[in-house]
Amino acid sequence: MSTVVGEMDQHDDHHHHAPSGITRWLFTTNHKDIGSMYLWFSFIMFLVGGSMAMVIRAELFQPGLQLVDPHFFNQMTTVHGLIMVFGAVMPAFTGLANWMIPMMIGAPDMALPRMNNWSFWILPFAFAILLASLFMEGGGPAFGWTFYAPLSTTYSSDSTALFVFSVHIMGISSIMGAINVIVTIMNMRAPGMSYMKMPLFVWTWFITAFLLIAVMPVLAGAVTMVLTDKYFGTSFFDAAGGGDPVMFQHIFWFFGHPEVYIMILPSFGIVSAIIPAFSRKRLFGYSSMVYATAAIAGLSFLVWAHHMFTTGMPVFAELFFMYCTMLISVPTGVKVFNWVATMWRGSISFETPMLFALAFVILFTIGGFSGLMLAITPVDFQYHDTYFVVAHFHYVLVSGAIFSIMAAAYYWLPKWTGHMYDEGLAKLHFWASLISVNVLFFPMHFAGLAGMPRRIPDYSVQFADINQIVSIGGFAFGLSQLIFLWLVIKCVKGGKKAPAKPWEGAEGLEWTVPSPAPYHTFDTPPEVK
Amino acid sequence: MAEQKHEKYYVPASSPWPIVGAIGLGLIAFGAGHTVIDMKNETEGWGSNVLLGGIAVILIMLFGWFRDQINESMSGLYSKQLGHSYRQGMAWFIFSEIMFFAAFFGALFYARTIAVEWLGGAGNNAMTNEVLWPGFEAIWPLTETPGGTESGAMGWLGLPLYNTLILIASSFTCHFAHVGLEKGKRKQLTVWLGVTIVLGCIFLYMQGAEYVHAYEELGLTLDSGVYGNTFYMLTGFHGMHVTLGTIMLIVMFFRVLKGHFTPESHFAFQATSWYWHFVDVVWVCLFIFVYIL
Ligand code: HEM
Ligand SMILES: [Cu+2]
Repeated sequence: MSTVVGEMDQHDDHHHHAPSGITRWLFTTNHKDIGSMYLWFSFIMFLVGGSMAMVIRAELFQPGLQLVDPHFFNQMTTVHGLIMVFGAVMPAFTGLANWMIPMMIGAPDMALPRMNNWSFWILPFAFAILLASLFMEGGGPAFGWTFYAPLSTTYSSDSTALFVFSVHIMGISSIMGAINVIVTIMNMRAPGMSYMKMPLFVWTWFITAFLLIAVMPVLAGAVTMVLTDKYFGTSFFDAAGGGDPVMFQHIFWFFGHPEVYIMILPSFGIVSAIIPAFSRKRLFGYSSMVYATAAIAGLSFLVWAHHMFTTGMPVFAELFFMYCTMLISVPTGVKVFNWVATMWRGSISFETPMLFALAFVILFTIGGFSGLMLAITPVDFQYHDTYFVVAHFHYVLVSGAIFSIMAAAYYWLPKWTGHMYDEGLAKLHFWASLISVNVLFFPMHFAGLAGMPRRIPDYSVQFADINQIVSIGGFAFGLSQLIFLWLVIKCVKGGKKAPAKPWEGAEGLEWTVPSPAPYHTFDTPPEVK
Repeated sequence: MAEQKHEKYYVPASSPWPIVGAIGLGLIAFGAGHTVIDMKNETEGWGSNVLLGGIAVILIMLFGWFRDQINESMSGLYSKQLGHSYRQGMAWFIFSEIMFFAAFFGALFYARTIAVEWLGGAGNNAMTNEVLWPGFEAIWPLTETPGGTESGAMGWLGLPLYNTLILIASSFTCHFAHVGLEKGKRKQLTVWLGVTIVLGCIFLYMQGAEYVHAYEELGLTLDSGVYGNTFYMLTGFHGMHVTLGTIMLIVMFFRVLKGHFTPESHFAFQATSWYWHFVDVVWVCLFIFVYIL
């Protein structure tokens, strides 16, 4: 992890040097160190969650039960989901925010640097607890990442309390991280960096942070009610006591839908930085991008029950949530339009960050379309809880969120490490990922339309071929990510020296400082015109 | 660094306390989880020891962190900008707390206006009532659950009303103290702050008495159906916040006695006072929606 000055640049006349030894990482208040720790943590979680996905795909390679027993299978799907959402995607974005936001707005660090370190260090403990619960008697959480009552209350294993408290401290970590981002943006912008001059990555994170502060506490409330229902005799989700399991779903999805936007808005920011850079054109429709992001965030509070069409609601509510959901595609469409318009007549070059960004635009849009199909209430009656839904959210999350994170990593690696990454290896990673991700997730649409239910370790023989293809895609995708790991290690260790601005068309303050970015940047604020 | 022109940013030096805090939270989560599991299974375990250890670590962390913080602030290390950051951070933290309570208020409204009504046969749910819960009547407060658990209901006159008046009054006294601080009137500050703390303690005591009354005389307990659930969860979490607020006020009191804070620079006091007003507003909502309506 030497993404800092040191090693090569002893002669550099920057008087700030990174402290050495382990305490540097334990006690740090430096946004770059903390950003690097977040990114490495998220990558480790990506591999851990990924190996669980491998277990799932191995079991589903053939019909029938062969490798693992159903209860263990359920634990794998559950913990895979939890780890990928809370351990991989969200910390990766927080890591990027830590590294880039202060540099993008000309600030020396995050606004509350010590709290920043606290936010990070909570995460390893939270996930250690979650993973440890898998080894307890009766197993770990097996109720799906959505932990619907009564699966998580009446029918869950003993260890559920560990799940609850681990989610609590994850939530504390995210809330503190989000407060830090919001305060940094409101308070630490360099003179002249008005709101409407901020890079879109900063804007999208600003809005994401607001969403986080608004809904993570609701998740905390939901897990607390699960805890008391299971262990203290309350009946929030039990009709015998006057409660209602459906209420769980309302509370969960009030958190859950904004949560999925938490995992995609920063991607929009990343892609809005990369596409102009490699098209050598200004971003088309900057202000409409800002308003569209805000509109998506606002609407995301009004659509939660599209996850519950089959659960049952008065018809009026079904229609209300259907129309609100479809409305979200309007601002989303604005964004896609702007990205395409940015490329229009640009002089485009296809370095790896751009390839991932382009793949993002196309594949995310496919995920958006399947979302639109799911948003149609009567249609969802057929699709709900099938592999069609699995295909939908993996298109938006893997080829959406994760691809954008990869794009960001390639785009900023030279700034972080001071070295260019190996472009050949990177292209290999891209094409391997692109092909395998589609082999993995595209056929799931068909399995779902034909009625294959999700979260079940066995299936009817008619789905055998599709599942075999999907599993092969899955293993290939998993292996492809090891190329990325190797590439990053290589890039950290050495490689062609990167200039301050390795991408000809890139814009922004982060490219005005040398590569690798010195340990402290913008001690005195730059003037932004 | 400190005596540079105001244009220079101040970045706090590295500190061991955050990671101590992370370890503390980790121990609390792990210990609390095991404590709860042991309670449920009625087994003896080490969970509660881990939990207590975690709490001790957090207390040490808070003490150390705040001591460093206060020393740094008293030695004039902080910039105005950092003060802004703290204030905004506190405001957003309070917003997150509001959303936490919102989850429980949401549960209350849903249970009351939808879940209980439907169980009683409202809308197109006649068969739910006839077949699954025959004889159940939708009333609020839910003094008899569909499953047949009976309990009393908490009225709003008497104790709860007094408590409301006390807490509202304490918001005013807290404000007077703040005004005193801003005008440099230390005496006014000390006295009103002291009064606020006393009012906070009286509130907590009465709340305790109310719980005893509810458990022993009304038969209203945490597990007596969704009315009791929402009642105790809302008032309980509120009580925890009042406790925390009172502790913060007490710390402020001692800092005032030591001569800390100036009319210009008193973030900690301001944050505490905001927190206190927030706790007060939550109570007013509670009083209306849990007790009166
Ligand atoms: C164009 C915008 C979108 C629309 C209209 C949409 C619509 C939907 C609908 C209706 C469902 C429920 C399907 C069912 O369970 O029957 C769903 C599920 C889901 N969506 Fe989307 N979606 C959109 C974008 C996104 C984005 C951007 C993400 C995340 C980055 C996302 C993540 C998810 C996830 C994780 C689920 C499944 C949750 C679960 O049941 O485990 N969606 N979506
Ligand atoms: Cu949704």
